[in-house]
Amino acid sequence: MATAELAPKSAVSRSRRMRRLRENATGYLFIAPWIIGLVVFTGGPIFGGLALSLFDWDTLSAPEFIGFDNFIRLPTDERFVRSLHQTVYFTFASVPLGLTISFLLALLVNQKLKGVNFFRTAYFLPGVSSVVAIALIWGWLYDGHTGLVNFLLDLIPGVTPPLWLVDTRWSMPAVIIMSVWRTMGFDMIIFLAGLQAIAPEYYESARIDGANRWQLLRHITLPLISFTIFFLVVVSIIGSFKVFEQTLILTNGGPAFSTYTLVFYIYRHAFQQFNMGYASAMAFTLFAITFIVTMFQWRMQRRWVHYD
Amino acid sequence: MTDRVDTYPTDQALGRSRITYGYVTFRKLLGKTVAYGGLCVILAVTAVPFLWMVFGAFKTEAQLFEYPPRLFPDPWTLEAFPVLFKAIPFGHMFFNSWKISILGTLGALVSSAMAAYAFARLKFWARDQLFIIMLATMMVPAQVTMIPVFVIMFRLGWIDTHLPLIVPNWMGWAFGIFLMRQFFLQISSEMEDAAKIDGANAIQIFLRLFVPLSKPVLATLAVFAFLFTWNDLLGPIIYLTTQEKMTLTVGIATFKGFNRTRYALLMAGATISVIPILVIFIIAQKYFVRGITISGGLKG
Repeated sequence: MATAELAPKSAVSRSRRMRRLRENATGYLFIAPWIIGLVVFTGGPIFGGLALSLFDWDTLSAPEFIGFDNFIRLPTDERFVRSLHQTVYFTFASVPLGLTISFLLALLVNQKLKGVNFFRTAYFLPGVSSVVAIALIWGWLYDGHTGLVNFLLDLIPGVTPPLWLVDTRWSMPAVIIMSVWRTMGFDMIIFLAGLQAIAPEYYESARIDGANRWQLLRHITLPLISFTIFFLVVVSIIGSFKVFEQTLILTNGGPAFSTYTLVFYIYRHAFQQFNMGYASAMAFTLFAITFIVTMFQWRMQRRWVHYD
Repeated sequence: MTDRVDTYPTDQALGRSRITYGYVTFRKLLGKTVAYGGLCVILAVTAVPFLWMVFGAFKTEAQLFEYPPRLFPDPWTLEAFPVLFKAIPFGHMFFNSWKISILGTLGALVSSAMAAYAFARLKFWARDQLFIIMLATMMVPAQVTMIPVFVIMFRLGWIDTHLPLIVPNWMGWAFGIFLMRQFFLQISSEMEDAAKIDGANAIQIFLRLFVPLSKPVLATLAVFAFLFTWNDLLGPIIYLTTQEKMTLTVGIATFKGFNRTRYALLMAGATISVIPILVIFIIAQKYFVRGITISGGLKG
């Protein structure tokens, strides 16, 4: 009697175990490419980079272990400090400026107007050309003598336009303006998606209560797209800490190192001077900064990001 | 006999007079004029640099540096194009760009959709922990892993081949996985249950149900992925050395000389290189904003 009862029970548990095993196997089958990528191309290399930063390695001879020497060297490397400073400058200027502009653009093209789709596309498209093409065209636009920017500025009486890319004070603002121009269409599309996800009923009931436009924006739009704002702030800051291609093409770090950014300096050391260990130490510092800033934002989001 | 005023019952309830309607129409008209005016001013800012490039492709070097600057070429010329085709191995580069971008985009979509489906719909060990790890990898700048990955590619003997530019795309793309998972989470489980009763397994449900339903988000991600691979500059300059293996983006960058920049060639090359992106964008446009919107406005 006891055995008769036991047999079906174990069969059930065995089939359940089999089913769970099959479920696990299916799940891991689907994420297998990502797992491989994690080990080989993202997660693994993070630790690889950390290890590499403890070595002196020029890719030709064997790596030599030097402990934290690379990190100790960083604060004394004037160009590193300058690159870091300029990267922070770039980030804190371009992210607020770019996001404000793209949010206003999104509000503008979120209206029910005839032909608004054309404007949406036209605002988004310029940013899709390669950074290379964009940077080269802006190189001409900024030209002190024949460029369009100064041609237009000259039309305003009393304005003496700067020489942009050859002036050490104006080269970084020039990079920032170009970057804002390039990314605003993309950010606008993401803001627009957020705006369109807001149910019109919210506005209608607020309007009946007599809310004006500013109140609608302040108390309905902003809270309801706070996650979109948060997402864009996080992604934009991470993106602008990596600023590289713009400065490579537009100014090649010049004039007088005034547009050297961290990744530009890392690139120089890693792939032109082949100081892999030192470059890794810099890359890791960049990672640490990005990580801390992102974690800080993650902590702060509870204060202002609304989830519904 | 119904008066037009009847269509504005709330205003009537508020006791507004007929004169206010004239004011309201005036304000509406003014508002529209301001809106279109603003739209057009911004259009000039966004479009002029772009149009300068396109029209610049049909100018001579001298015309490009005319002062005061003129947007339209006068006369139009095709001079830059034959020179461009000779100055760089244009055919090779054009083909390489297409090959890398299409294979890369395809890989990013396939691998991300698979992972997104698993994270959204399947139950497996450590699923949620792995998902958090995936989100964390989105925070890691590629430059941090750039050097170790270069070493790996070097050991694999993949330097100066297109593999380092294609293969990583087949290993899942965190941004794509994230966006698609949000989408898959919203698909009702009724259809899935019905398919299960009919004896369909996870692979069949994924291929026959989820993939066809996720066209908008796939199209959106395809545009992004194509854009990133087509415009990538850092990857090709790190991994490729032979000129014939380079991409068009790198080819155009070479016109920026240290002494003299060949602007006419550059404009022509840049214009040609932007055409494929426009084509892809126009094909996907129908789905574009919808693809992001449906993903819950990127809610977590």
